[in-house]
Amino acid sequence: MSTHGAVEAVWRIESARVIAGLARMVRDVGLAEELAQDALVAALEQWPETGVPRNPGAWLMTTAKRRAVDLFRRNETLGRKLGELGRAQEQLGEGVLPDFDAILDDEHIEDDLLRLVFTACHPVLPMQGRVALTLRMLGGLSTDEIARAFLVKDSAVAQRIVRAKKALADAQVPFEVPVGEERMARLPAVLEVIYLIFNEGYSATRGDDWMRPALCADALRLGRVLAGLMPTEPEVHGLVALLEIQASRSAARTGPNGEPVLLLEQDRSRWDRLLIKRGLDALTRSEELAEGAYGPYSAQAAIAACHARALAPEDTDWTRIALLYEGLAQLTPSPVIELNRAVAVSMASGPAAGLALVDRLVDESALKNYHLLPSVRGDLLEKLGRHDEARAEFERAAEMTGNARERALLRDRAASCAQEAAGVQS
Amino acid sequence: MPEPCPEAGIPPSTELIEQMGRFNEQLAASGHLVQAAGLTPSATGARLVWSAGQPEPAVVDGPFAETKELVAGVWVLEGSSVEEIVELMRRAPNPQLRAGTIEIRPVAASL
Repeated sequence: MSTHGAVEAVWRIESARVIAGLARMVRDVGLAEELAQDALVAALEQWPETGVPRNPGAWLMTTAKRRAVDLFRRNETLGRKLGELGRAQEQLGEGVLPDFDAILDDEHIEDDLLRLVFTACHPVLPMQGRVALTLRMLGGLSTDEIARAFLVKDSAVAQRIVRAKKALADAQVPFEVPVGEERMARLPAVLEVIYLIFNEGYSATRGDDWMRPALCADALRLGRVLAGLMPTEPEVHGLVALLEIQASRSAARTGPNGEPVLLLEQDRSRWDRLLIKRGLDALTRSEELAEGAYGPYSAQAAIAACHARALAPEDTDWTRIALLYEGLAQLTPSPVIELNRAVAVSMASGPAAGLALVDRLVDESALKNYHLLPSVRGDLLEKLGRHDEARAEFERAAEMTGNARERALLRDRAASCAQEAAGVQS
Repeated sequence: MPEPCPEAGIPPSTELIEQMGRFNEQLAASGHLVQAAGLTPSATGARLVWSAGQPEPAVVDGPFAETKELVAGVWVLEGSSVEEIVELMRRAPNPQLRAGTIEIRPVAASL
């Protein structure tokens, strides 16, 4: 194994703690991140000569700390800035330095990490900036890795990070964990970032660079860390449950030629039971903490759990899924959720009940180009023996979809409906 | 991993148990730990042995004294590279400085 590989591995493991500890001292995440980067550069220079030190995290922290001390001695504006931030800064230059030795105690590290999470995911930042900062400062990814994972240029990611740091500085975002109502208001911004990172990896196809699917693992790791930092927040456990259960289906989601395989057609023996178990455990924790009241993530996790618990598609508890979708629609109203509810209702109570719900969505402008609407409607009409109407819907859906394989499938279904319709008439 | 002589039925020292617990907590806190399990001595276990040409396996009860290496525990971990896992497992506690091995093997079709 190369030292270079070892340095990168150490970085992945240690960087979040180093940045978080430094940020508490210098009260500026942008500066903390730069100091940590300097320490990384020093490690890349020195470790190939000296070998990886016994306690690499402490080495990085000490090195970054020394640089910070030098910087404070040299840089008056920095000292003044600290003074403005209300720190005891009686005189500059040879004056009072922050207590850098306190960084190395482990007592504060969890608080520091949580502060870092809330700062990196602050709502003053655009979503892309939040994602880039989170992966960089909490996930330990390099700019290049983030760029490859999101299929954008290196320079674009670097720019997002620079802008995000500047936006945090301009808004004078304090390095702290929001409490009480503000924490509740700010938590969704954090969960959204992790969920988005996961979905970016989840939507990657087989032809993509391995960095893309790796985002799923990064998001899962961030979610698990967050659940450790905020063990009493039901929605954090709900998000982790959702990610674990979705991740459990990874191997079954694509067919031999890379084509997507729908949930009810997946080979369930390929679902990862260990991840399902972890997901169900996380969901149980979430349910206990919330005393049965679901939030948006735990509700989705509960739906995913219904599928995970069913050993075969016909064992699925569709009645419960339909109820959960009804609850989810109240939390986050959306026509797509309504469509999913209609499918669940049709599975639970028959195609006529499902069709009644789908028919309410026909004029929904948000679904105007959503091929799954005519596709679902065609399916229900076909089950009700209304073949000619079903054919028209399948043809409409085939026109709308961007996926060639899916288009072929929908055309086949339209053709078989046409045959049925002809048979009925003759 | 370091082996506290399981065949003699000597349990791991309290020191090792404590340190291993802390080590696993750290793995969980950093989000790497999926599952960890220590194994009891081979005396409590059994083997299924298939011989060439035989359709049915033989069931052999432990202990398995003839083995040079005995597995004492397993971890399922999630990380971005073998190097990362090496870096994590270098820190596994071994207070009595016993001889031992930790083998790292990527899971097929891992997440």
